[in-house]
Amino acid sequence: MKLLWVLALKELRDGLRNRWIAAAILLLGALALSLSMLGSAPTGSLRASALDISVISLASLSVYLIPLIALMLSFDSMVGDFERGTMMLLLTYPVTRGQVMMGKLLGHVLILFIAILTGYGGALLIMIALGDGNTEGWQAYGVMMLSSLLLGAIFIALGYLISVLVRERATAAGAAIGLWLVFVILYDLVLFGALLLDEGQAIGQQLFTVLMLVSPTDTYRILNLSLFDGVSQAAGLAGVAAGAGMSSYLLVSLMLLWLVAPLSLALYAFQRREL
Amino acid sequence: MSELNRGCNNAIALHAVCKQYGSETVVRDVNLNVQPGECLVLVGHNGAGKTTLMKLMLGLTRPSAGEVAVLGGNPALRSAVAQRKALGYLPESVAFYEAMSGREVLAFYARLKSVPVADCERLLQLVDLGAAAKRRVGTYSKGMRQRLGLAQAMLGEPQLLFLDEPTTGLDPSLRQHFYQLIDELHKQGVTSVISSHALNEVEARADRFAIMKSGDMLACGTLAELYAQAALPVRLRLSVTPGEASNVAGRLGPAVNISEVNNQSLSLSCFNAEKMPLIRRISDLGEVVHDMQIMPPRLDEVYNYYMNGATP
Repeated sequence: MKLLWVLALKELRDGLRNRWIAAAILLLGALALSLSMLGSAPTGSLRASALDISVISLASLSVYLIPLIALMLSFDSMVGDFERGTMMLLLTYPVTRGQVMMGKLLGHVLILFIAILTGYGGALLIMIALGDGNTEGWQAYGVMMLSSLLLGAIFIALGYLISVLVRERATAAGAAIGLWLVFVILYDLVLFGALLLDEGQAIGQQLFTVLMLVSPTDTYRILNLSLFDGVSQAAGLAGVAAGAGMSSYLLVSLMLLWLVAPLSLALYAFQRREL
Repeated sequence: MSELNRGCNNAIALHAVCKQYGSETVVRDVNLNVQPGECLVLVGHNGAGKTTLMKLMLGLTRPSAGEVAVLGGNPALRSAVAQRKALGYLPESVAFYEAMSGREVLAFYARLKSVPVADCERLLQLVDLGAAAKRRVGTYSKGMRQRLGLAQAMLGEPQLLFLDEPTTGLDPSLRQHFYQLIDELHKQGVTSVISSHALNEVEARADRFAIMKSGDMLACGTLAELYAQAALPVRLRLSVTPGEASNVAGRLGPAVNISEVNNQSLSLSCFNAEKMPLIRRISDLGEVVHDMQIMPPRLDEVYNYYMNGATP
């Protein structure tokens, strides 16, 4: 465990030093604030709280942003060390390959945690202050922050999988962009396109639900937009998740599966990789 | 002396080890034992398999066939991970985390080896990096990196050192300093495996040499054993009373190859087995012979002998 921290703290320090954390905090904080400012106008008629509205807009935005940040943190992390030769030296030390990868994961998740906590959390405090101390809807906001971290961890793990499978950093960068495009944009585009063309013939609600749950980004979206009544009403999705038989436990389990599966594959590939 | 009978408590034992990457064989049927406290030098051309052999001993890669045992266990197994505390490794053209300072890099490795971080200062001083310890490793010269590499290899007083071309990129005075450090470690009983192209540097320092060529270990032994095996001649140079050279040349007897006769000096060579009889005959010649220099074959001659056509 001590070794895990040594490895994690090194990643964390790298993140601090190359301004990764600072950049991510600024990005997330600025977006959270500007979205909540912009989004506070239409709250009146729906009587939704300002925080509920910002959860909707932030969750929609995090779906794009968090995977991107996570992949940028992780795509280089294995193949870069292989290429530079630092991995070879590291593995002659009394650490297992599992510890090396889990240490990196811990460090990268910690970086993301700090960025989300400070960026989104800071924006939350400012919003509460501006809303005269109205904290209604903070639970939904909290769940949004936690699930954003989980979404980030998923894409960090996917980034490791890429990073351990490829031979060159450039390939890893390309693959990471491709992965981001597929999960964040193309999958939904194709799914909805198919739904439109199909006009409800072959793709029933059951199949559609399953297809939505296949993507970790959609799972994240459904979780955030449907878990709390205030949010789901404001998003116009009241009861959607419950109607489709998606409990929050199922959604969270699916996301955890998306974390564990790529991580296990990456670990397996790492164990087998020759140095 | 047979390789396998050198004793069973070997620090390193390789038995019929092969390593293939795809269809390419980089190490072929290597048998090797290194005893505790011994210094073994691996020599061979680029791509001869020296680095791969080290990686096999370090457990970074697994043999395609054969067995590797380091400090009594298979280094590629999970159970060997704790044992790596006793190992030090300086890779060829060592790479570090560029954004960290020299001190931070060393402290990071010290923590991984559970060595007190306070020890790092002593090591930094030892390799003359005390003044540069605060600087980013990215700004270090090749020589400074190499010295930092040696410092990390020495963390935690390892029993076994693997140094892959440790002196490339070091200037002559740094090389000397470097070998002084290595000598110090040997006095403390450290076992080491060093790969090197600098044959004249390692010649006097190693207990044994292993000559690699295209994945084969062509020969392994002490310098004397290698000379005998390669049957390379010993050269002698005699200074004699002026005018007596040809007279002396005539009295040296059989099995001597006389390559040069001047007025007052002779150059000769003979096989090692003939050396002592020849020296006794020279001594019997009396005062005519003023001086004698004996030049055993050098490591680079042995090396050339094996590189140019000798088969395993």
